[in-house]
Amino acid sequence: MTFQFTDKDIDIAALRKELADPSCGGYCSFEGLVRNNNEGHNVTRLEYEAFTELAVKEGHRVIDEAVAKFGIARAACVHRIGSLAIGDMAVWVGVSSGHRDEAFRACRYIIDEVKHRVPIWKKEHYVSGDSGWVNCERCAEHAHDPHPQHAHQG
Amino acid sequence: MKKIHVRYYALLREQAGKSEESLATEAGTPAALFSELHTRYPFTLSMQQLKVAINAEFRDWQTQLKDGDSVVFIPPVAGG
Repeated sequence: MTFQFTDKDIDIAALRKELADPSCGGYCSFEGLVRNNNEGHNVTRLEYEAFTELAVKEGHRVIDEAVAKFGIARAACVHRIGSLAIGDMAVWVGVSSGHRDEAFRACRYIIDEVKHRVPIWKKEHYVSGDSGWVNCERCAEHAHDPHPQHAHQG
Repeated sequence: MKKIHVRYYALLREQAGKSEESLATEAGTPAALFSELHTRYPFTLSMQQLKVAINAEFRDWQTQLKDGDSVVFIPPVAGG
């Protein structure tokens, strides 16, 4: 059960091997990739930054919760930090379990909670030359808006 | 006066113009500390949009700060 950061390409084959368990008939993974667009902007690359000391603790808590909640056998998550190009894998989640249903559900739970709770930030660089921290810049503009129309996270 | 270590990430790091600093402060809580720093740096995020960690654990804004504490203000996150 691990949560870790890396500044290198995520090695899925090695990670998948670590989750192998003879009692498990189900394995499910999620790969989050860098997209070339976000909310109408053409994106050229992303930069990820994390408060690693707290993020690793919170990431482990998410995985422990998934194990307790869904009764899965093993789970792991790896997140990139640093500068990423379009198509690069930014995050990977893997889950092994006895059967497929809890594997799918636990995998979804882990990626959703990681996106929502773990202190990781991404800065988008746009074709226009402009850049912005996702969930921060427009939130700041609307800081005094009593009825914000968008979620801050997720 | 307490000595507090503050680390800045993402948008707050850019707006503070630094990754970290040690400062002497009379602020008794992270809320008071953020208000103090807000007068010094052009932060655009309000306290309502941030979370706070003390010594690398999420804490309440009204937690009492102790000499030597390490504080991080956490902007809205965007992993994945």
